[in-house]
Amino acid sequence: MSKLNLQFVAILTWAAAALALASSSPASAAGAACLPFGSIQVTATDVPTLRRGAQLYFNYCASCHSLQYMRYGRLAEDLQLSEEDLMNNLVFTGARAGDFVTSSMPKGGRGNLPGSQEWFGVTPPDLSLVARSRGVNWIYNYLNAYYPDPSRAIGWNNLTFPNSAMPNPLWELQGIQEHVVKPQSGDIKADAAQVDCSPNAFKKVSDGSRSAQQYDKDTRDITSFLEYVGEPAILKREAYGVWVLLYLSLLTMLLWLLKNEYWKDIH
Amino acid sequence: MARPTASSAPGILGWLDQRIPVVDFWNTHVGQYYAPKNFNLWYYFGSLSLLMLVNQIVTGIFLTMHYSPTEEGAFASVEYIMRDVPFGWIIRYMHAAGASFFFIVVYLHMFRALMYGSYKKPRELIWVLGVMIFLALMAEAFLGYVLPWGQMSFWGAQVIVSLFGAVPYIGQDLVQLIQGDYLPSGATISRFFALHVIAMPLAILLLIVLHLAALHEVGSNNPDGIDIKAKKDSSGKPLDGIPFHPYYTVKDLFGAGVFLCIFAFVVFFQPTFGGLFLEHDNFIEANPLVTPALIKPVWYFTPYYAMLRAVPDKLFGVIVMGGATLILFLLPWLDRSPVRSIRYRGFWSKVLLFTFTASFLILGYLGSQAGTETNTLISRICTVIYFGFFVALPFVSAWDPPKPEPDRVIMHE
Repeated sequence: MSKLNLQFVAILTWAAAALALASSSPASAAGAACLPFGSIQVTATDVPTLRRGAQLYFNYCASCHSLQYMRYGRLAEDLQLSEEDLMNNLVFTGARAGDFVTSSMPKGGRGNLPGSQEWFGVTPPDLSLVARSRGVNWIYNYLNAYYPDPSRAIGWNNLTFPNSAMPNPLWELQGIQEHVVKPQSGDIKADAAQVDCSPNAFKKVSDGSRSAQQYDKDTRDITSFLEYVGEPAILKREAYGVWVLLYLSLLTMLLWLLKNEYWKDIH
Repeated sequence: MARPTASSAPGILGWLDQRIPVVDFWNTHVGQYYAPKNFNLWYYFGSLSLLMLVNQIVTGIFLTMHYSPTEEGAFASVEYIMRDVPFGWIIRYMHAAGASFFFIVVYLHMFRALMYGSYKKPRELIWVLGVMIFLALMAEAFLGYVLPWGQMSFWGAQVIVSLFGAVPYIGQDLVQLIQGDYLPSGATISRFFALHVIAMPLAILLLIVLHLAALHEVGSNNPDGIDIKAKKDSSGKPLDGIPFHPYYTVKDLFGAGVFLCIFAFVVFFQPTFGGLFLEHDNFIEANPLVTPALIKPVWYFTPYYAMLRAVPDKLFGVIVMGGATLILFLLPWLDRSPVRSIRYRGFWSKVLLFTFTASFLILGYLGSQAGTETNTLISRICTVIYFGFFVALPFVSAWDPPKPEPDRVIMHE
């Protein structure tokens, strides 16, 4: 084997190993969650999408789930809303523009009033970084995987996040879908392996105010919004990146010519 | 009294040179430092390591201005940097991805030394100092990883610091001394912060100065592994050597350009690298009451983590893991081959190096996965191969017949 080939093979080995490492890791982070509706492409840089997502979020999610690292003012700026639009459409808590998005739900009970602990047994988690930790596919699937379950205290269960403490907050929009349970054999292991993790696991039993396509889009919009909330810089990041790469590649080409100029006498 | 070599250069340079040896220093280390002319792609990674060091220090300075080393403030202050500090997200991504890129270039730099026998006489001390830099860098990376105080920061710290508990008699006291508490806590953050921004960077800088001083004393090796000082022209300059400046300054600048394109692509388009450079679980604030499903270190530690897990006994596992890094120090004295470069070694030397590299990469993959039975079995086999390399090297390198080395270096264009 010639020396050049040996080197080339060595570099390729490194590259292949690095790729194998890179492609394998994200799967482990997602864990063994059931994602019946698969992967989606989110458009976290599209302002109309983000506005629809924000509208749904503040109407259906924000009363319980805070976005503790997100400021209202930043939201208005990034979603291209005037302060008036912001106050009329997104702020329901009397907060000011510089405030963080907190939830109005008390954590513990106060006097005779119960808090989230009494209602759900847990405090609804902050969702600032949920798209970072769970990933967008998980959020999208979670919002689509609710079904009624009389065995649960809250009456609902979720295929993606089993025994979730939250009832389906979007049932008015989605309608109700039942979980199609296959006949149980009694063998716990075999039954667990039998769980159908596909859209066929659900059967629509009543319509919501939105059609199936509309609801699918709604959940994608909320997911996109949460992706943006997880990393507001996403709106600028790739746009900056294009210019930075353009500059660096031009610079590198000049450096290549400079190097060749100096090295033309070295043999 | 002026030095006999002090220049009579005019102006500011002359004034300076009569008071401090700037011209001498420049000539010794750059202007008249003769490097072999046949450096290939593998020789970029030394200067690129230096580039990443500068990147980490400069971005680190700006992060320090906004980071809060407290239990209550650490996680939130990182999000503050990502959201409210102007360009904070670029600085943070450059620092976080920078740590991974630092290890990529350092690992490639070390592999270059393995391939071309750069650790062999007279460069043993350069190698020893290099391994010390590698160890200091691992400590630095671990300390820094704890600072954002996410779930993986906390549980990673918990696992790694508890390893010191395996030390007989003083183990538990040692753990409390390192953490400043019974569990990783605010006391741990503040002391890790001090070590991360002051102690370790100072140690690393000093080691790098020594690494370069030792290199410039004996001169650089090259892909052919032959001594360029053996053939000199009438003025005493090596025939196959060229001055570092301007030849390698412009060449390394070009290398830095290519590297920065790749680096910028990751920073701007794949900053978390699919959870490999910034892990998903580390976007959840540290919680001592909730253990993550899978505790794993960042990718650059996974080969050693796999070795630790491969051993059933904790103390012996720690010894194996520590031994895997410390055994690198012995390399210059284990290699008994008459030639340096892999180009002129026999077939079995190549097989040995390939097997060693493969076992290290496989361990890296296994260390990032859950510890299943198969995983543990393969980890054990690869750990044996890893150490087997060092056991076999003295015999294979002495016995494997080398090919004839050329008189002069060979240029591949």
